[in-house]
Amino acid sequence: MAYGPKIIDHYEHPRNVGSFGTQAEIKQRKDVGVGLVGAPECGDVMQLQIKVGKDGVIEDAKFKTFGCGSAIASSSLATEWLKGKRLDDAALIKNTMIVEELSLPPVKIHCSVLAEDAIHAAIEDYKAKNGIKAQTPADAAAKV
Amino acid sequence: MPDNASTPVFTPKLPIYLDHAATTPCDPRVVEAMLPYFTSIFGNPGSRNHRFGWEAEEGVDKARRQVADLIKSDEKEVIFTSGATESNNLAIRGAAIMYEKAAEGSGKPRGHIISCAIEHKAVLDPCKRLQKEGFEVTFLEPPKDGIVTAEMVKAALRDDTILVTIMRANNEIGVINEIPQIGELCKSRDIIFHTDATQWVGKMPTDVYADNIDLMSFSGHKLYGPKGVGGLFVRRKRPRVRLTPLVDGGGQERGFRSGTLNVTGIVGLGKACEIAGQEMSADAIRLGKLRKKMEDSITSRLDTCQVNGHREKRLPHITNISFGFVEGESLMMAVKEIACSSGSACTSASLEPSYVLKNIGVGDDLAHSSLRLSLGRWTTDQEIDYSIEKIVAAVKKLRDLSPLYDMHKEGIDLSKVEWAHH
Repeated sequence: MAYGPKIIDHYEHPRNVGSFGTQAEIKQRKDVGVGLVGAPECGDVMQLQIKVGKDGVIEDAKFKTFGCGSAIASSSLATEWLKGKRLDDAALIKNTMIVEELSLPPVKIHCSVLAEDAIHAAIEDYKAKNGIKAQTPADAAAKV
Repeated sequence: MPDNASTPVFTPKLPIYLDHAATTPCDPRVVEAMLPYFTSIFGNPGSRNHRFGWEAEEGVDKARRQVADLIKSDEKEVIFTSGATESNNLAIRGAAIMYEKAAEGSGKPRGHIISCAIEHKAVLDPCKRLQKEGFEVTFLEPPKDGIVTAEMVKAALRDDTILVTIMRANNEIGVINEIPQIGELCKSRDIIFHTDATQWVGKMPTDVYADNIDLMSFSGHKLYGPKGVGGLFVRRKRPRVRLTPLVDGGGQERGFRSGTLNVTGIVGLGKACEIAGQEMSADAIRLGKLRKKMEDSITSRLDTCQVNGHREKRLPHITNISFGFVEGESLMMAVKEIACSSGSACTSASLEPSYVLKNIGVGDDLAHSSLRLSLGRWTTDQEIDYSIEKIVAAVKKLRDLSPLYDMHKEGIDLSKVEWAHH
């Protein structure tokens, strides 16, 4: 597959690879939210972790991905974008933004969808661990 | 980069070609033999009235002898074709229609054919077409080692079996089938026996009579000859095999294959066979050692990886290795300096992995992340050493990135995880 330079760069030099602990440790940590999406049979599994400060700002983000070059690049880019963002702002990251930034080919759009799913799953996990009510579209509308 | 190698690894010219099972470069000696036939000896061997035709015919006759010497047949038994795909089609379709037991439309099966589920598509598809046209076909399912035995064929034989077609050695995993034994079995039952020997001829000694082969396909470009030329051995005695031709016309090649002969290609195929006869045994020993070194060092330095197919009964130059917890496309990207084949078709939108690996019980995950590495006449020790280091480093890098490998190390059973399918 002919990939653009940004995908190749993220694939060859992935940012923020890692984990804030073992699966068991992560489950216990209230300051970390985890999103694990995809399935091995489908050829991609993404694990995205966010470490959130008391002020609701994402201090650090890490990923591990089993998948194609686009899946690795999409999740690597997601961690860059997540760092320093407030949770509510992080939830606004859309797959189309990832497609545009990386110039993903059409057959690889699903990789960006998976990255968006992973972001939401990590935010929801953090909120659930900390008893924060999941934000509904109605809440979001009320805030504006 | 080498994690535990003590000697520095010399970097050879990149990329490294380890896809000789797909095609081989033409040997320069083959090209040299072909050149005069493009310009000065350009005649049509069918032109019987002048020396242009005679000279071209001499070139073809010489090539026919060179091929016959390599496979130990009579030269009259060699039919030139456009390659192994055509040879397979001519052999399978030509024999099935010639030897059919019941007429088309009689309501009875026209005849029974035995093949194998992991044959090349150029055998499977002609068999499937015959199936649609009223023949019955049994596709044998080989066990985990990938080898088709005479016992398996014997168990599938029927009174109306007219043709058995089993490849000599598998193109994806390199394992060698029990061809002499299957040939003997077919001979004892008067059943026509065809073998697709595309990966075998020119690499391993061939003796069509000793192995009781009736029909055998082979190709020029797999044995350092040109593309677009191949051959079919058609036995002429005990029994004299007859075939219904696929192409009618000028009656060339004893009527089996009409059409003006590809003289340059045929001359090249002949020369390639002559060279193979002289060099293949030394090549086989050298490449067998290199392949074994590759398999042993990769499997000893990485956990959760496997060589697919029988470890001993295989061609010297082909190996197929699967790596757990890495994904096929990213693996190919990581070893981009090594030109090889992948068991995964997922560079396209399709998620279907290799049917050969699937059929011998390799799980989808391991089939996707498999590499077929095939060595050739000019593969060097340095290229293999370098490839070993690159592959080990690539798999380690991707495993450092893989959440599945972490889970595996933590003792989590991945088959028990509830995955969010998408």
